[in-house]
Amino acid sequence: MPEHAPATGTGVLAEDRIAVATQWQLMWWRFRKHKLAIGGTFVLVAFYVVALFADFFAYVDPLESEAQRSLMAPQQIHWFDEGSFRPYVYGLTGTRDHVTFKRVYVPDTSRKIPVVFFGHGEPYDLLGFIPTDRHLIAVEGAKASESLFLLGTDMQGRDLWSRLMYATRTSMTIGLVSVALSLVLGVVLGGISGYFGGVIDTVIQRIIEILRSIPTIPLWMGLAASLPADWDVVKVYFAITIIISLIGWTELARVVRGRFISLKQEDFVMAAELLGCSKARIIFRHMVPSFISHIIAATTLAIPAIIISETSLSFLGLGLRPPAISWGVLLQDAQNIQALVISPWLLYPSVAVIVAVLAFNFMGDGIRDAADPYL
Amino acid sequence: MQNDTKPLLSVRNLRTSFFQDEGTTRAVDGASFDVFPGKTLGIVGESGCGKSVTAQSILRIVDRPGRIVDGEIVLTRADGSQIDLVKLKSNSQEIRSIRGGDIGLIFQEPMTSFSPVHTIGAQLIEAVILHAAVSRKEARLRGIEALRSVGIPKPERRIDEYSFELSGGLRQRAMIAVALSCNPRLLIADEPTTALDVTTQAQILDLLREIQQERGMAIMLITHNLGVVAEMADDVVVMYLGKVVEQGTVDEIFHDPKHPYTKALLQSIPSIDSVPRVKLPTISGSIPHPFNRPQGCPFHPRCVSSIAGRCEVAEPPLQSVGQRRQASCFLYQ
Amino acid sequence: MVAYIVRRLLLAVLTVWAISVLSFMIIHLPPGDYVTSYIASMSASGSAVSEGEANALREQLGLDKPITVQYAKWMGLMLQGNFGMAMEWGRPVSDVIGDRLTLTMVISVAAIIFTWALALPIGIYSAVYPYSFADYVFTFVGFIGLAIPGFLLALVVMYVGFAWFGANVGGLFLPDFVEAPWSVAKVWDLTKHLPIPAVVLGVAGTAQLIRIMRSNLLDELRKPYVMTARARGLSEYRVIMRYPVRVALNPFVSTIGYLLPYVVSGSIIVSLVLSLPTVGPLLLKALIAQDMFLAGTIVLLLGVMTVIGTFISDLLLMWVDPRIRLGRQ
Repeated sequence: MPEHAPATGTGVLAEDRIAVATQWQLMWWRFRKHKLAIGGTFVLVAFYVVALFADFFAYVDPLESEAQRSLMAPQQIHWFDEGSFRPYVYGLTGTRDHVTFKRVYVPDTSRKIPVVFFGHGEPYDLLGFIPTDRHLIAVEGAKASESLFLLGTDMQGRDLWSRLMYATRTSMTIGLVSVALSLVLGVVLGGISGYFGGVIDTVIQRIIEILRSIPTIPLWMGLAASLPADWDVVKVYFAITIIISLIGWTELARVVRGRFISLKQEDFVMAAELLGCSKARIIFRHMVPSFISHIIAATTLAIPAIIISETSLSFLGLGLRPPAISWGVLLQDAQNIQALVISPWLLYPSVAVIVAVLAFNFMGDGIRDAADPYL
Repeated sequence: MQNDTKPLLSVRNLRTSFFQDEGTTRAVDGASFDVFPGKTLGIVGESGCGKSVTAQSILRIVDRPGRIVDGEIVLTRADGSQIDLVKLKSNSQEIRSIRGGDIGLIFQEPMTSFSPVHTIGAQLIEAVILHAAVSRKEARLRGIEALRSVGIPKPERRIDEYSFELSGGLRQRAMIAVALSCNPRLLIADEPTTALDVTTQAQILDLLREIQQERGMAIMLITHNLGVVAEMADDVVVMYLGKVVEQGTVDEIFHDPKHPYTKALLQSIPSIDSVPRVKLPTISGSIPHPFNRPQGCPFHPRCVSSIAGRCEVAEPPLQSVGQRRQASCFLYQ
Repeated sequence: MVAYIVRRLLLAVLTVWAISVLSFMIIHLPPGDYVTSYIASMSASGSAVSEGEANALREQLGLDKPITVQYAKWMGLMLQGNFGMAMEWGRPVSDVIGDRLTLTMVISVAAIIFTWALALPIGIYSAVYPYSFADYVFTFVGFIGLAIPGFLLALVVMYVGFAWFGANVGGLFLPDFVEAPWSVAKVWDLTKHLPIPAVVLGVAGTAQLIRIMRSNLLDELRKPYVMTARARGLSEYRVIMRYPVRVALNPFVSTIGYLLPYVVSGSIIVSLVLSLPTVGPLLLKALIAQDMFLAGTIVLLLGVMTVIGTFISDLLLMWVDPRIRLGRQ
């Protein structure tokens, strides 16, 4: 560390700033330079805002189905009405299709239904306790459930936009719950393994290796399928998260163990021991702070895999089941190729999956690069 | 410096800089010196003064984002022709034949200087074949001879071993063998003994001297260890922050240092004759941050004899201060 | 070296044992047992099973004994090659699985070969020219590959094939070959159909391997032995390919151990979407029908094949890294 270098040249102040910055400030400065990581963070914040306020972003009940509105194409919002900015959509009229004699809904160009942002719609409780009826997107003079279908409808005639909003809530939170479990398992087992070494380490290491060599999806499928069919949605949700986190912890455990092993040999640990610090104090006050940022990075990077696993399982019909809504459940409808060709909008939820996973990866990479001073 | 023989390698005004996002570091900032055939030139200085980058610049192996920006490095080849190494393209056939062929290089850390997954022999034979048109069998024999000539016992067995199977001293000898396998006329040794214990250090230095006498090879010895310089060098160059601050024969530098930096360096060596129980003199301050170079003479913030009004304003040029001496200090101008 | 082989072998055996326990758990987790499902499927086809018959069956299969004994019996049967009956099909499990397991491994290996063939050169290039335009492009594309779940990519591929070319790009064989016995022609047909599943399966792994190769090689390129190689007069190409790449290859080879389970895993879902005659669709059907014997056996066999593959990759690593061969760390 530069001591009292005489004040010649510019850059002395910058040096001093670096010298007195805390670990977190240094990380933040480095993280800031990573444009992709910052972008990813913004995207994730947006996703979680949607997850939190899903009722606000949706405009109809996601479970309300209307068989005759099945597989409708996404509606187009027309932004300008005779020159002025007054967004509207065309109303829908039910007619009978000449060929199939089924009742279908077609846009009626004579009826213009104004679209209002932050308008009134179905009442709900914001955040669970604030009663309101404002929605991000609403219509005037008509019921949203009969006129607004921004992303089209699915096989049962349910509005996909609203379902997507609720699906975001479920999928984004399953990731958090699951990774929290993995984190606890990983830190505890990895820490024990790394700090105590010896036989315990070998045993835990072998367990980790065994778990890593097992193909996960068939295992999850098997475990998920053996959940009793009569369990309610919430129980299934938690069971799935537990199942997924039971294998995911191995990655975090490896990181934690690696850090403990390399830290054990650091001089500052020995110095603390010589000072008479208790083992607990050494671990939590001295060792943990130096790798907490790596844990955060590893945790962030573990979430995308969990999201993909849940989506895959639900896609197969073995994960979350209706009436639960998640991205995977939404994508189940896309399994049928013939249906997909006719109604490609059924694939739109996949964009949400890809964007969320990318955002987590970018942000996690940014955190990892910022945390590692030797890069 | 001897004026009758022509220098083997002549460096003039070498400038090598590293261009990074945070700023530009002038690692070598106008260095000039000569290496004479059969003689040893010692390059001394603290870590970070540009000694290694100088060696890398000569062989044109400076890593990105570094680049030679100015100067010339003139090598006199065996047939008497001269060639400016700066002007060669960094991956050209010419410079590659010079590397290992005319100029050999040994590094500080012998463990990491060998590939961990190839045998010593593989790397040795490769070097031989590269510079001499011989068969693999012949190359292998030459390799075994090279290992023997550096004092490695049972070379015909050792040649098939991996670097991690040898001890530190043997590894360094093996590295010397590889560098010498094609009989270069100049050997650049970058901190060859820093990672070795003192006894092994002495053995390696003896080996180098022996080889030099046998083959009339010139050695450019880069080190921060003044003791090694005193033992091995004929001429000495002292570097600070990328510049040459003093040059001369080893006797003159050690007995009559001119530049305040050289004086301070010599004073800080503990000696058996020093007064006991007195604090060892050190150089105050520390090496400035590369992005924060002082104006004027690079050493003036730490110099005890700096002249106010002169030293912080302009850079003193390298000038003659004796018959074969040069120093860059305003005290002598 | 021998110690290494023995250690890996022991680990493989342990893993297989762990998988067998898990598979057994899967078989027995749902309520009811083999006999209940047997009775159910019998009554579905119209015949009834008396209580006496049921009990006799239970005793014969050892279902009235404690669970550890059942497990031992089951393992005993397994090792003899008797995998039990597939309920829904009414045929032995081994019949039903048939070729599918082999085909699963075939496409998994094909995916891994594809992954390697792509990840290696791209990873090397990205490390030698970091932060170049090409590097950014590769990194970005790699990220996208990482983010798209396998089944999604398969869906998109199917959709594109259908919507734009009107062709069904799924399946591993032309209809004529599906039930035909193996012949050179059938193998050739298989090879022609392999690229799409291999690519779809391999994309995510490619992205990961590129990143691993790039970061390992970047680390190696900074090491002194690269500079010494250059100082000896080697051409830039040889300096890079012969030394740091060779060293960075070691962690690369060791990734097969984890790539294989990942790819086999992914093949389950992808083969569902692409309608490949592999183990995937079979497993799903079995699970939905609660045919636990079939399901559990498939999980076990998949696990065993994966462990064998991992063991082979361990041997490969030993061949490639002299440090392991000579017992040094």
